[in-house]
Formats: sequence, C-alpha cells, structure tokens
Amino acid sequence: MLRFLVKKILLALTTLAAVSVLTFGLFFVVPTNPAELMCGQGKTVCSAERVAMIERRMGLDQPIHKQYVDFMRGIFVGRTIGSGETARECPAPCLGYSFRSDEPVMNIVARTLPVTLSIVSGAAVVWLVLGVSIGMISALRQGTVFDRIAVGTSLVGASMPILLFGPLLLIVLVYETGLLSYPRYTPITENPLAWASALVLPWFALGFLNSATYARLARAQMLETLSEDFVRTARAKGLPKLAVYARHALRAAITPIVTIAGLDIGIYLGGTVITETVFGFTGLGKTALNAALNLDMPIVMATVLLAAVFVVAANVVVDVLYAVIDPRVRLN
Amino acid sequence: MTPAPTAAEPGAAPPPLLTVEGLTKHFPVRSGAFGRKAFVRAVDGIDFEVRPGETLGLVGESGCGKSTTGRLLARLLEPTGGRITFDGRDITHLGRRELRPLRQQLQIIFQDPYASLNPRHTVGKIVAMPLMVNGIDPPGGIKRRVQELLEIVGLNPEHYNRYPHEFSGGQRQRIGIARALALRPKLIVADEPVSALDVSIQAQIINLLRGLQRELGLAFVFIAHDLAVVRHFCQRVAVMYLGKIVEIGDRDDIYTRPRHPYTRALLSAVPEVNGSARERIRLVGDVPTPLNPPSGCRFRTRCWKATEVCATREPPLVGDGDGTRAACHYPEQGPGQSVVDGREGAMEGRAS
Amino acid sequence: MTVTPAEQAAEAAAVGAGGVGPERELIGRSPGRLALMRLRRDRVAIVSGAMLLVFILVAVCAPLIERLYGVGPLDRFPDRLDANGFPLGYAGVDADHWLGIQPGIGRDIFIQIVYGLRTSLMIAFTGATLTLILGIVLGIVAGYLGGWVDAVITWVLDLVLAFPFYIFCFAMVPLAVHQFYGPRDQESVWFRPALLVLIFVLFNWTSTARLVRGQVLSLREREFVEAARASGAGLGHLLFRQLLPNLWAPILVTYSLNLPSLVTAEAALSFLGIGVLEPTPDLGRLISDSVLYIRDVPSFTIVGGTTLFLLVLAFNLFGDAVRDALDPKSTR
Repeated sequence: MLRFLVKKILLALTTLAAVSVLTFGLFFVVPTNPAELMCGQGKTVCSAERVAMIERRMGLDQPIHKQYVDFMRGIFVGRTIGSGETARECPAPCLGYSFRSDEPVMNIVARTLPVTLSIVSGAAVVWLVLGVSIGMISALRQGTVFDRIAVGTSLVGASMPILLFGPLLLIVLVYETGLLSYPRYTPITENPLAWASALVLPWFALGFLNSATYARLARAQMLETLSEDFVRTARAKGLPKLAVYARHALRAAITPIVTIAGLDIGIYLGGTVITETVFGFTGLGKTALNAALNLDMPIVMATVLLAAVFVVAANVVVDVLYAVIDPRVRLN
Repeated sequence: MTPAPTAAEPGAAPPPLLTVEGLTKHFPVRSGAFGRKAFVRAVDGIDFEVRPGETLGLVGESGCGKSTTGRLLARLLEPTGGRITFDGRDITHLGRRELRPLRQQLQIIFQDPYASLNPRHTVGKIVAMPLMVNGIDPPGGIKRRVQELLEIVGLNPEHYNRYPHEFSGGQRQRIGIARALALRPKLIVADEPVSALDVSIQAQIINLLRGLQRELGLAFVFIAHDLAVVRHFCQRVAVMYLGKIVEIGDRDDIYTRPRHPYTRALLSAVPEVNGSARERIRLVGDVPTPLNPPSGCRFRTRCWKATEVCATREPPLVGDGDGTRAACHYPEQGPGQSVVDGREGAMEGRAS
Repeated sequence: MTVTPAEQAAEAAAVGAGGVGPERELIGRSPGRLALMRLRRDRVAIVSGAMLLVFILVAVCAPLIERLYGVGPLDRFPDRLDANGFPLGYAGVDADHWLGIQPGIGRDIFIQIVYGLRTSLMIAFTGATLTLILGIVLGIVAGYLGGWVDAVITWVLDLVLAFPFYIFCFAMVPLAVHQFYGPRDQESVWFRPALLVLIFVLFNWTSTARLVRGQVLSLREREFVEAARASGAGLGHLLFRQLLPNLWAPILVTYSLNLPSLVTAEAALSFLGIGVLEPTPDLGRLISDSVLYIRDVPSFTIVGGTTLFLLVLAFNLFGDAVRDALDPKSTR
C-alpha cells in the first residue's frame, strides 16, 4: 500500500512540475514582452522607460530560467521580487505580486479562495446527497412512476446550463416572489448564519444540476450491482432487503461515484466561474477572469497553478480511496 | 528460394517440409515495479519435423507451450533461439517482406471461432483477406475463388455477404478454414481448432480437415489437448510438457506403447468406451512454474519414478530404434506396464 | 461494439428462418445496420433527432431566414424602446419581432437567436470533428504501438487533464489576442472562433483518445488481427482495415458526448466575455446581455437560455439513444 501511495505521489509531483513549467512558459516566455502587455493592457502603448521600470519591478529583466527558479523557490521558501529600490519581500508561499493592485497574490487568494470553497463544499453536499439517494431509490424502484420522473428530471437537469438555471432561480425566488434576497457573501467566521443564507442559492443551483449526473450514475451502478450474483446469493440466504442493499450492494456501487465526485470537486475548486458570475460572488475563478481581462499575469499564473494542484491532489486522494475500498487496485 | 534438396533415388522419403531445431521462446516478465527481470520459458528447445502431407499432433496440458509453438511456426512471435526451416528456407528471423511469399505456404487456424473473425467484415471479405493482402487476383476473380473456398469447407457460397454473428460456432470455424486455404498453403498450423466446439461439431470439423488433407495434400501441425481427437486425425504425435517435447513418434506406437511416464498418465486419463477398465494414473502436485522449471527432467516433481539422476541430468530425447523417441531416464517398457528397479506397481494414488 | 452472442443468435435465427431464394443475393446485416434498426425503433431518438435536425437546418439557412423574416441581426430598432431603454409592449413582442426586442441596444431577439445557433453549431461541430481526428490518431497510435509511445501519450493525457479548462481559457484568450493584435488593430471575425476551437481541441482530445486506446488494446491481440498478420498484412492494413471498423462505436460515443459539452463550453465562455465578441451573434453573449435586464424583462433571459437548453437537451437525448443502440446491454 505504501509503495502504491509513493508511486502516485511521485507521479503527481512530476505532473505538477510539468504544469508549472508549461504555465510559466506560456505566460512569461511566449508573449514577446510580458511587461509591455501588462503595462498597456493591450489598449495603449507604454513608453520604453515605463516598460523597463516594470520589468525591473517584477523581476522580468532576469534570464528566463532564473525567473522560473525564483518563482518556484518563492512558493516554498519565499523570495525577493524586483531589484534595487523596488525590491519587495514576499514570504512563503509566494505567488508573486499583482501587477494591477501591487498586492501579494497570496493575499488575493486568501481572500477569494474561501468563497470558492464555500460554494463548492455546500454544492458538493447537495449533489452527493440528492443525486446518490435519488439514483439509488430509483434503481430499487425501477420502472415505477418515481423512477420515470427521476430519470426524466435528471436528463433535464444534466442538459440545463447553469447560465439559464441560475438566472431562472433569481427570477423566481428573488425578483418575482421576493422569497430570498439577492445573495451577498459573508465569511463564515463573521456570521455563519448570513454566510449560509447567502450561499443557499448557489448551493442549490450548482448542486441540483450536478445531482442529475450523479443520480444517473448512481442508478446505473446500483442496477448493475443488483443484478450481480452475489446480491442474489445474499437474498437467497435470507438476509432482509435493507441489509442486502445497504451493506453489500451499496459498497460495490459506491466506488465509481466516489471517484467521479473526487475528480469533480478537484475541478470545481479551480473555479466555479459561472456560478460566481451569475450570483455576484468573487471567488477564485472570477478573480482569475478579471485578472486575465486586465492582463495581470501573476494572478492568472497563480490561479492556473493552484487549480492544477487541486485537480492533481484530488486525483491522488481518489486513487488512494479507491485502493482502500478495492484491494485489487493496490495489489495491481 | 533455394530448391529443397531432393532425394537421389525415386521412392525415397520426401525431405521434410518443416524442420524445427532447438526452438526456444522466452517471455520477459518483470516482478513488481522494481523487481528483477525473470523469463517465462514457454518453449525451451524443441525439435521436430513435418513431412509433406503429414499430420503431426502436438499435445499437452494447458501452459505446456504448444500454443506458443504454433504461433512461433506462423511467425506471429519472434523466436528467442533455435531455427525454423520451411520448404528449405530458414525463416527464423526473416523480416515481414521476405516472409510474405512464404506466408502463403504456411497458414494458421485459430481456436476461438468468435474472436478469429472480424465482426465488421462480411464472410466474403474475411475469406478474401489473404488474397487482398498479397495482391493476388485469381483467374475468374476474387469472388469466385471465395465462393469456391466456401463450398470446399461445406458452406453455402450464397452466404458471401453475411456477417460472422449470423453463423454458428462450427460454421465460423469453417470460415476460418476457408480463409486459411485461400492461398493454397502446403502446411496449416491448427491451434486447437475444435476445443471450443460441441462434441458433435468437433467430429464434423475433424472430418472436414481429414478430407482436405487427403484431397489437397496438406500437412498439419495439429495442436490439441484432447488425445482422443488427436488419435483420430494425426499420423505422428509429439507430447509436450513445460516447454519441452517429452515424447515423439508414430501415433499407433505412442498410443499402444507410451514410453514416457507423462504420456502414460495422459493416456490413462482418456475415457475408453470399449470396456477395458484401465488404471487411472493420478499425477500428484501442480505443474511447476515455467519461470523456474525444475532442474534436470522437468517432469520429475510429479513423476512416481523420479530419482536423483532425474534431478541432475536432463534426459535426452532418444529412442530405441523404432522411431519413437522419449526423454526419460527410465522409459516405460511394454504396454501398460511399469518395471523400475523393483518398484513395480508403486504408482502413487492409483485409482481403484 | 458487438452484440452479445445470445442476441446475435436470436437475430441470426430470425434472419435465417426466412427462406431466401437461390437467385437473390443475400445481404447480411452488419452490426452497424443492427444498431441503426434499434435506433429507428426508439421514439426518444426520433424526437430528439428531429429537434436536432430542425436546429441544424435553422443554423444552416440563417441567411435565408433573415431574408424571409426581413430583419437582420445587426439591425436596430430604437423606436421600439421607451425612454429607459426597455422595449414597448410585452418585451417588444409583435408580428414583426416574434421574440421581442433587446433592451438597451434594440436588436431583434429572434434573428439573434437564429444566428447565435449558427455560431454555436459551427464552433461545436468543427471543434468536435477536429477533436475526433486528433483523438483517434493518438488513441490508435498509443494503443497499437504500446511501449514508450503509449507511455508518453498517456502521460501527456494526464497532464492535459490536470489543467483547469476555464481558467486556462481566461488566461490564453486575452494573451493570444494581444499577441496577434496590437492595441489599435481590429480583430478579425474568425480569430476568436478559431482560437476557441483550438483550445477545445487541445483539451477534449483526451476522452476520445482514451476510449479509442482502450478499444485498440483489447482488439490488438484478437485472433482476427493475428490472422491478418499471419497472411502478411502490413501496419496500414491492420490499423485501417481490421481495427478501425471495430472502433466506430467508441468514436460515435465520444463524438455524441463532445458535441453538447462544446456547445455548453462555448456559451459559457461567451457569457463571461471571453468568447465570441460583437458583432457576431452568440447565444452565450445574448444571455449575458440579458442578465442586466433580468428584473424588468426576465423573458429575454428565459428565451435565450431556453434555446440553449433545448439544443443541449436534444444533443444529450439523441446521444443517449445512439449509445444505447450501439450497446443494448447498458441499463437505462
């Protein structure tokens, strides 16, 4: 088991290293002059001295490989950005300085990541609980009215874009009926109740739509497991239905769901941009979007890297979980 | 292609069509992520020959290397060592282009009637494939030739446009045979062609093969694990165990006077319909792993006659002059008898 | 994907039972044709297929529709708006403007949707087709050649999967735009769509490649492939004549899954302002414009969103039906 874990982590680290090199290359090597891009924002042409000053300030006048090494080093032990009198200390984990606001990117991340985390965690609970339970009940009551409605609804839900569903919820619940107020984000540390009530809409929007996928998946998995011989044996032995389903069938059916849920969460942590935009939250994704439109490279680079870390980490966690549940995986 | 050396006098035995010398195939296997490299010694130095028009049966239990041998002969695998000579030419390590003309003479039939035909091709396309691949346009056209072949194997030539899933297992095997015959080969390697079929169908296919052998003068290397089937079809038989040939000779000789203890055990397991209750020899233990075969004689771990000699010295494949050769230090003498240093009757686990 | 032997036998029995005269040449029923027959019997497939056809026709005949309708996507009607910029009457719907007028800018909504569909479908089909080609090639190469080629391709596949799609788009699109166009240059109309298609292909080839590779791996050692080799077939024949006909099932499956996901992604990106820009009509951007007026003219958002929803739904339903027809064992 340990060897399995080590192998997975090593692989994850190599992937992340490659991602960091690629991203760095894309943002700081490919553009002919990143300093000029940041300065003019593509709208104006900056003077040469201004561009040179920016280069010094952001440490872009260093050779490329040194820039990369400095960047990576900054993540682990912190570094000094820029040279001369423009030098600034950047403690670990240093993700650079925002060009636009001259704030350490880490601060920006610390501010916006919790928003995304809040949205994703709540939505994940909704879609897992709702999706998996509906899917399983649907499988147990295959062919009944409940099943048909569930299948139909999940089909609709899986096709519904959040572009429509989010605004639809707003129209119905906020504007026309006034049942809920327009969400305004409050950190959980300030006021848990306000935090939760603000997040109800995005949780439901994201959660409900995703639950469709999980309902279909859970239903298919459960149906397949129920037709397996071992379930038939358990029933033949006289075990009560509930025991059979809860103890035996559930365990077998749940593994792919765990896998996909883990991967989904990893991906969503990288930014639930549309949800954030529709409901007016400023999370990681929205920040990245704004930064990209402003050509604020350091923020964009940091968010890409961060999102990749989430995805890769989720992969490792899922692989390990899978190995714990299914011994065949770790014995290879 | 150098002509096969012909015998000087008329009436002399024709030179062998296929000669195999010291044929070896080792598969590398890695134990664990950082483990040592080990080798599965699937085929470990075998020699035999097949004459034109002759059928050699290759028998043994699962894992003895007979299927691997079949694939080596058809050059679907690259031999690790040894030599294969076909029609006078050394084909052991020939490249694909040089191999192509020779491939037309040596074809193969497979075991699984469901996996050996491309499910997306019509029967006509399947049987015509060897012709198309080799760019051959027979007089009268490909379609006519294919329909001819279908008729030869006993299928309705009207079924040219049908798909494999519309046929039964036995019929699919016939299609495979038709495909193998397309290039008018001289030798066919039949890799357990009837093992996957019902017993009644098996008989039909075997009879078909016999008929083809007679009419077309085909030679066969017939790989099987069912001794009763082999007896029906083959003139000579070679018995394999753990990658080596332990006995080889004329069919009748082997079936009536098996020399090697393993052959004896195999034969004793064949159900005999005409009453004579034969003692069933039960072999003790499992087949050893081909990763690390036993030293000396490979069969010694399950042989009731094994002594220290068997562990130290590998017995050579030798005969006592009448054509049949066996690799054993203590070959059996006479039908159904076992006389070894006074340990007569000491066959373990004899069934009552 | 082939039919189970039991079903083949049943089908074969049905086929063989009907006596055929010796003169008429027998045409067998290929697995493809059997799938098509199953598809034709599925009512949902027919309905969703018809919907798709309608959408595609509308998209293709957009200029014709414009001519018949009398209004173009860029035509403005400020006289239909009141002092605040809101459309007169109920959302501006009347005989001339079937779906009303856009608030603020005063354009006709119906023709916007027609042309928006055209944009969406063009980008989706182009992207899906190119993805398919790249995925098939890489999948076959990785699956058949194995060894280090396979290892490299699989590693690249995992690498691509680690990158966050949306954030990467935010980052790359402005960068690419400013790389090719200076601050005063006008962007070519084809640039953004081409860029979007490129990014889609770069991200989406993975699923096709994975499926194709899996199928090739399982087919590679099949005896019919060995038979071809034993007859002297070369690599070309083995890949294209023997393997490729057996790959249509996974290819169709990924194609049918990719199309709706591309439609959704393109709409999302345009919604966020990264995708297709003015003046090209686009569904995503239409919805984004509509959100500003969601309180006063909610019908605008609903109309745009519902079109998108119906398009994705049709793709999903038809895709499900196709997948079912190819593999009737799957539990529905």
